[in-house]
Amino acid sequence: MKFAGGFSIGQFIPGESFVHSLDPRCKIAAAFVLLGGLFASSSPPDFIPWILCLAACSRASRIRFSSVLRSGRPVLFLIVFTVALNLFWTPGREIFRLGFLRVTQEGLAAALSMGLRLYLLVMFAAMLMMTTSPMSFSDGLERLMSPLRRLRFPVSEMAMMMTIALRFIPTLFEETDRILKAQISRGADFESGGILKRTRAFIPVLVPLFVLVFARAENLATAMESRCYVPGAPRTRLNPLEWSRRDTAALVCSAVFVIFSLLWNRHAAAAISSFVTWPV
Amino acid sequence: MSLTAEKITYSYNEGTAAERPALRGVSVFVGRGGWVSVVGHTGSGKSTLAQHLNLLLTPKSGKIEIDGKTAVPGSSGARELRRKVGLVFQYPETQFFAETVREEIGFAPSNWGLKKDELEDCVRAAAAAAGLTPEVLESNPFRLSGGQRRRVAIASVIAMKPDYLVLDEPTAGLDAAGVRDLTRMLNEIRAGGLAVVQVTHDLKSALEHSDMMLVLEKGREIYAGTPEETASYLAEHPVKGLVLPPLVRFAGRMRQSGFDIPIISGIPAMLGALSEGARRI
Ligand SMILES: Nc1ncnc2c1ncn2[C@@H]1O[C@H](COP(=O)(O)OP(=O)(O)OP(=O)(O)O)[C@@H](O)[C@H]1O
Ligand SMILES: [Mg+2]
Repeated sequence: MKFAGGFSIGQFIPGESFVHSLDPRCKIAAAFVLLGGLFASSSPPDFIPWILCLAACSRASRIRFSSVLRSGRPVLFLIVFTVALNLFWTPGREIFRLGFLRVTQEGLAAALSMGLRLYLLVMFAAMLMMTTSPMSFSDGLERLMSPLRRLRFPVSEMAMMMTIALRFIPTLFEETDRILKAQISRGADFESGGILKRTRAFIPVLVPLFVLVFARAENLATAMESRCYVPGAPRTRLNPLEWSRRDTAALVCSAVFVIFSLLWNRHAAAAISSFVTWPV
Repeated sequence: MSLTAEKITYSYNEGTAAERPALRGVSVFVGRGGWVSVVGHTGSGKSTLAQHLNLLLTPKSGKIEIDGKTAVPGSSGARELRRKVGLVFQYPETQFFAETVREEIGFAPSNWGLKKDELEDCVRAAAAAAGLTPEVLESNPFRLSGGQRRRVAIASVIAMKPDYLVLDEPTAGLDAAGVRDLTRMLNEIRAGGLAVVQVTHDLKSALEHSDMMLVLEKGREIYAGTPEETASYLAEHPVKGLVLPPLVRFAGRMRQSGFDIPIISGIPAMLGALSEGARRI
C-alpha cells in the first residue's frame, strides 16, 4: 500500500548520460523551445516526429522509454478527461453514436491530438525533471532569471526558496506516508464514515505533520544562519555552471528539430492526413 | 499461535525507474511470548520488514500469517489481524497529536471501539506497563523528556492489547540510562506474555535478550539462529555495520587460533566460559 507521494511528475534519477551532463540552463531552454514547438502541432500526424524525438531523448538519457511513459501517471486522469471531452463534444460529421454521446470525425481527431499533445508535454517536462537534480535545476533557473535582478526582483532568494522546497517535497511525502502508516497501525480509519468523520480522522495526521514541518523549518533556518547565510548577499558557488560546446549543440538541435517539425506539419502531415482520409 | 512471514520479497516504487528492491525472500517466525531480534546495517530492509508484519505493505511475493490465518494486506480482515500486531515505529514520538498523554494512549483503543469506562482502565494499564506514573497522564506529550516520550509512544501501542509487539529501533536516540530502562521495560512486558520482535543494530542488546535472531544484509536474510549461533556465525563472517561486543569478538579470535571456547551471548556466561577455559590451560 502506498498512502502518499507519487504525485510529482518525474523524480530525479541520478545518472551519467549525455542528457544528465548537460547544463541545466541548456535543458530548461531546450524544454521551452520544444514545448513551444509542441503547441504549434495540432493534427494527429503532427505528433509522429515528437514521439520519435521523445524516444531519442530517452535513449540519450539512458532512462527506459517505458518508465518515461509511466511518469505521466499522476496526470492521467486529466488527460483522459480532456480526451473524453473532446471526443464527445466536438460537433461535425458523425461516425457513430453511443446513446446520447455522438462521436464525430472532428471529435476523434481533436481528442487524439489533444491527448497526445498533453501527454507529450508532460513527458518532456518529466524528462527535464528526471535528468536534472533539484539543486542544479534551481541553479540554472536562477542564472536564467538573473537579468530580472535589475528590476529588483529577488532572484537568488527565490532560487534558494525553490531549492529548499524541491529538496523537502519528497521528504514531506515520505514523512506523511510514515505518519499515515503509524496512525493506521494504531487503528486509525480513514475510509469509513461521512465527510465530517473522515475529515476529523485526518487530525492525527495533520498535527504531527505540522509539528514536524515547523521543527524542520526552524532547524534549517538556524543551520543556515549559523553558517552565515544572509538573504540577498552575493554567494559563491561550489560547482559553477559551465556552458560547453555540447550545450550549444543540444540547444541548436532542439531548435532545428522544432523547425523540422513545423515543416513536417505543413507538408508531410498534411499529405498523411489526406492520404488516410482520417479518421476511420 | 505465531506470527510468521514467509519468503517476503518487496520493492519500493515498483514498476518505475526509481524501483529498488528492499527485501529479497526474508522469513521470520515468532511464537507467543518469544523475542526475535532483527539486526542489520542501515538500509538492509529492517523497517520494511517491520511494516510487513503490521500489514502496512503488500509483499510482491511471500505471505504473512498471524495465528495461522493468512493475512491479505488491504482486505477487510487485515484491520482485525493488524490489531494483534502492535508496531512501534522508529522515533514514534513524531506521531503524537493529542494534548494529553491520556488522549494519546487512548487513541488506539478508542479506534477499536472500546467503551468509555473500559478505556480509562486500558490507558492506565498500558501506562503502568510502559513504566509511566499516573501523574504523567495529564501532561502534554510534547513537553516530556525523550525517554518518557518513547514510553508514551510504546504505551499507546500496547494499549490496543496486541499479542505481538514489533519495535523498530526502540532505543534509537536514547542515552545509555534510557536504553537500559527501556530494555528492562521490554523484558517486563514480554514476561507478561507479549511476543517481541525488535529491530535494532545494537548487537549487544540483541544477543542478550532475544531467543532468536535474524541477520539482514541488503534485503537478504543472511543468517537466522539463536543468539549463540548468530554470535559464532558473525565472529567468523563479519557483516558491515554490525559490531560484536568485544568479549564475543575476543572469543571468536581465540577460537580461530585453536582454543575451544564456546561463544555465548550473555556476558556473565561468557566470562564463566573464559575462566573455565583459562583453568583448563
Ligand atoms: N518510502 C521509501 N521509498 C523508497 N525507498 C525506500 C523507502 N523506504 C525505504 N526505502 C529503501 O529501502 C531500503 C531498505 O530500507 P529500510 O528503511 O527498510 O532499511 P532499514 O534497515 O530500516 O535502515 P535503517 O537502519 O537506516 O532504518 C533502503 O535502500 C531504502 O533506501
Ligand atoms: Mg529503519
